[in-house]
Amino acid sequence: MKRVVVALIPYLWLLGLFLVPFAIVLKISLSDVAMARPPYLPQFSWSEGISTFLSQLDFENFTFLTTDDLYWKAYLSSLQIAATSTLLTLLIGYPIAYAMARAPEQWRAILMMLVILPFWTSFLIRVYSWMGILSQEGYLNQLLLGLGVISEPLIILNTKIAVYIGIVYTYIPFMILPIYAALHRLDNSLIEAAEDLGCSRAKAFWLVTVPLSRNGIIAGCFLVFIPTLGEFVIPSLLGGSGTLMIGKVLWEEFFNNRDWPVASAVAVVLVLILIIPIVLFQQNQQKQQEAEN
Amino acid sequence: MRLSGFNITSLTLGFAFLYLPMVILVVYSFNESRLVTVWTGFSTRWYGELLNNQAFLDAAWVTFKVAALSSTLATVLGTLAAYALVRGGRFAGRTLFSGMIYAPLVMPEVITGLSLLLLFIGIGLERGVLTIVLAHTTFSMCYVSVVVSSRLVTFDRSLEEAALDLGCSPWSAFRLVTLPIIAPAVISGWLLAFTLSLDDLVIASFTTGPSATTLPIKIFSAVRLGVSPEINALSTLMIAIVTLGVIVASLISKQKFVQQQQRERQIDNRTR
Repeated sequence: MKRVVVALIPYLWLLGLFLVPFAIVLKISLSDVAMARPPYLPQFSWSEGISTFLSQLDFENFTFLTTDDLYWKAYLSSLQIAATSTLLTLLIGYPIAYAMARAPEQWRAILMMLVILPFWTSFLIRVYSWMGILSQEGYLNQLLLGLGVISEPLIILNTKIAVYIGIVYTYIPFMILPIYAALHRLDNSLIEAAEDLGCSRAKAFWLVTVPLSRNGIIAGCFLVFIPTLGEFVIPSLLGGSGTLMIGKVLWEEFFNNRDWPVASAVAVVLVLILIIPIVLFQQNQQKQQEAEN
Repeated sequence: MRLSGFNITSLTLGFAFLYLPMVILVVYSFNESRLVTVWTGFSTRWYGELLNNQAFLDAAWVTFKVAALSSTLATVLGTLAAYALVRGGRFAGRTLFSGMIYAPLVMPEVITGLSLLLLFIGIGLERGVLTIVLAHTTFSMCYVSVVVSSRLVTFDRSLEEAALDLGCSPWSAFRLVTLPIIAPAVISGWLLAFTLSLDDLVIASFTTGPSATTLPIKIFSAVRLGVSPEINALSTLMIAIVTLGVIVASLISKQKFVQQQQRERQIDNRTR
């Protein structure tokens, strides 16, 4: 009996504050916009019954998403930004994880802590710290102008490049940690064997090290890609008005345009897009667990 | 093992990349000039202005209140949820339950925020500190539950069973045996929930009302227009607090570890 109560409290909490709210989003995404408070007309009420609901059901908010350029461009550009920055994070994170795994035993704990420490610092502040570096009269331009590398200040802030930098900077621990975990377990004698059998250093790396750290790479990529797709803070602080990302569109649709049905439809489509990488990620994790047992 | 030149370079560059932006922020928070990027001289002027800025102090207090309340609630709920998931066996709706624990971890914040706001408006709850606390509790209890259940999985169940055999009630077995053993995980879950709440901008922006402004909301609206010296000072203070907290926490856990080893050695000697 007590067991039931123990499970029931968090269960009911999540039903009420996670599942029901999402059902409301779904419902409002099917409603019509109205000049009222709240600013939408419900598509159905329970008193009218299911059949009236089905007969009146239209997906006009969703059709609207496909007719207005803004939305599908924002989805595409989010996907592109998330994919590009995941790749960049991998390229920069892998050598760091590799070096950590090769570092002397007594350094590793400290190196791990140094990777995790930024996690505890405010995300907002970490993104903000790049505004001063990348702006036109920022520290990077001052340095490059001072060294005579460039004669005109570079325009980086408020472009996609700044968004890439921001994403790589804030999400790189998510990439380093799983790759490090995979490389750390790697048996060194395998690489030695490959070298003994005539592989060059680089070839042994490609043929032995990379395939054996595959699971870490996959996990790291998903851990960066999934949260980046719906990112709001980074594009709005570093990306300027020119960078379209769907999280930002949803925010603006809701707060600036007060169009709740369209904002809800944007949210529903985003969840549908996210389900694919999330399911793939889950499968990868399960496979890995089975392999370990 | 010795590090090759390549590995040393990637470590140096990697950690420079991770830490330089924050170092620059801290250094320039002591800059006298209002033009943040031009160094004119050392001064603590912006810290003074910050401490005289009532709006920031109010926001800091609201943020602290929200974080303390929501992390404590989330720890209780998350621990219960983890216990139910790991120890509950099979019960009706278990799949839905574990799905609801994991989904908020991957749900974009804009969607969590939007859906909770629509709920609060739907049930006519006035928005303010209470609604932010409810929202933060909901997503951070899932993190707590993941942290605690990873500890519960590796835990030796026979200890609990022994307590039950020796006449403990299920509740006192939980209190006297299970809780002390999972305590480190519960504490780190609480700390995680606390920092998640301190840090959150998006969900708080959706679920707050005019009466409650948190520090991240305040910072966000200040820096949207560009870099500001007060925010640099504020950031430095926050970085300092976090660093101090992490150092203290790791010292405490190290001390605990040493103590435990000593105790184990004593027990070893006695049994020998």
